[in-house]
Amino acid sequence: MNRLKKLDQRIYPIATLFLAVILWQLIVTLAHIPLYILPSPLDTVNALVSDFSAIAGHVGTTLYESVLGFALSIALAFVLGILMDSFQVVKKSIYPILIVSQTIPTIALTPLLIVWFGFGILPKILIIVMVCFFPICISLVDGFEKVDKDYLNLFHSYKASKLQTFIHLKLPYALVNLFSGLKIAATYMIMAAIIGEWQGGTKGIGVYMVRTKNAYALDKVFAAILVIVIVSVAFIYVINYVAKKTTHWK
Amino acid sequence: MQDRAVLEKKVPASSGDEALITLDRISKSYGSAEILNKVSLNISKGEFVSILGPSGSGKSTLFNIITGLVPADEGTLHVNGEIGYMQQKDLLLPWKTVLDNIVLPLDLKGFDKKASRAKADALIDRIGLRGYEHRYPSQLSGGMKQRASFLRTFLASGEIMLLDEPFGALDSITKGKMQTWLLEVQKELGVTILFITHDIEESILLSDRIYVLSSRPGVVKEEISVEFDRSNKPGRLLNPELLMMKEAIKGLL
Repeated sequence: MNRLKKLDQRIYPIATLFLAVILWQLIVTLAHIPLYILPSPLDTVNALVSDFSAIAGHVGTTLYESVLGFALSIALAFVLGILMDSFQVVKKSIYPILIVSQTIPTIALTPLLIVWFGFGILPKILIIVMVCFFPICISLVDGFEKVDKDYLNLFHSYKASKLQTFIHLKLPYALVNLFSGLKIAATYMIMAAIIGEWQGGTKGIGVYMVRTKNAYALDKVFAAILVIVIVSVAFIYVINYVAKKTTHWK
Repeated sequence: MQDRAVLEKKVPASSGDEALITLDRISKSYGSAEILNKVSLNISKGEFVSILGPSGSGKSTLFNIITGLVPADEGTLHVNGEIGYMQQKDLLLPWKTVLDNIVLPLDLKGFDKKASRAKADALIDRIGLRGYEHRYPSQLSGGMKQRASFLRTFLASGEIMLLDEPFGALDSITKGKMQTWLLEVQKELGVTILFITHDIEESILLSDRIYVLSSRPGVVKEEISVEFDRSNKPGRLLNPELLMMKEAIKGLL
C-alpha cells in the first residue's frame, strides 16, 4: 500500500517531466531553432557527456564550497541559537535584526565581498553562510521555543542541569524543526554558491556557466544546470535520509 | 442531614504516624483572583490520600505548590522526602525507549546506567510492560504509557507520589483496570500517594482519606476517612456504602 502510494507520488511528476522534455525536443528539432538560442535536450546530454571532466572539476569546487559553507552555517546557527535560547537578552536583541537582515539582497553584496576577499573561495563561502544560516538558525530557535512547558517542569522536578535539559529534551525536541530548516537551506545552498561564482572567480560551476554563456555554448550552460539540479536533489535526499534516521520516532 | 452521618469525620490528630507532607493554611492568589484559601492537609507514610474537587478548585495550583513549581503566598509547607509527580499527560519522551524513559530521572541524577536499568527491569513485570521495554512510547496504548510514567515517577522519588488526574484521559474500561492496578502496585511497593481527581467514585474507591475542595476559592470543605473495605478496596465498588458516600460528597460540592 505504502509502496504503491510512493510509486504513485513519483510516477506523475516523472511522466509530466518526460512529456515536457519530448515536447521541447520536438519544438527545437522541427522549428530548427539554433543552438545559441535554445539547445535541445539531446544537445544538453551530448554536451554533458563530451565536457564531463571539465564540468565535474568545476562542480567539485562548488560542492566543496557548499559543504563547507553549509557546515559553517549549521555550526553558527547552533552557537547563536543556543545563545538566544539561554539568554533572553540575546534573543530580544538579535532575533528581529536577523529577520530584517534577510531583506538585504544577497546579490548586491557579492561584488563587495569579492572586492574585500578576492576571487578565492572565501567570498563564496560567506555568501552561502549568509543565505543558509538564517533558515537553520530560525528553525532551531523556534524548535527550542516549542518545547512543551510540562516537559520543562518535569525536568525541573528531576533537578536536571541546563546541559542535561538541553541534551535530553530541547535538542531532540527541536530536531524535527531543525531538519525542515536544513532542507530549505540545502535548496538554497548550491544556488548561493553559484551567485558568488557568477560574479567573479577562477573555478566552480558558476564560473563555467559564465564562460560557456559568453561563448554562446548554451548546450553546455544547460548541461551545467542539469548537473546543479541533480546535485541539489541528491543533497536534499541525503538530508531527508538523515532526518528519517535521527527522528525515527516521528 | 442523614447523609452527613455517613461522613465519618476524623480529627487529623497526630496519631504517631510519620507525616510526609504537611500543608498549614496555604493561600494563593493570582492578582485579584483568590485560588486557595487557608488549605491545610497532611499525608502520612503509606497512606493513599485524595484531593477531590471540581475544576476551578485550585487542585492544579495546590499540586504546583506542593511540587515547588509555584510559591505559596501564605502558610507553610513541609515535605519530608522526595516527591515524584505524574500528570494526565504521560510526558514520556518520544525519542527514548520505554526503558530509557523509565530510568531518565536516575540517569539525570548521574547514577550508574547499568544498575538503573537493572532496577527498572526488575519492576517491568509489575507494570505489565514486559516485552515492551525497547519499544517507543508511540507504540504503546494510553494505559501502558501511564504505567510506564508511573514507574518512572516511582523510581524518581520512591517515597511520595503525587498523581494529578493520571487516568483522566483514559477511556472508562482502561481507567477501571488502571485503578485496580494502582491499588495492587501501591500495596506491593508500599508508596505514599497523594491523588488529585474530580471523580468522586474514583476517590472513594482508591483512598484512605479524602479532602474535599470547594471551588473559587479552594477551601477544604471536609476531610473524609473512607473506613469501609480498607483491606479490599476493589470490593468497594460492590459496597452500597460507596453510593451513600458518593451522594454525601455530592451534597458537599
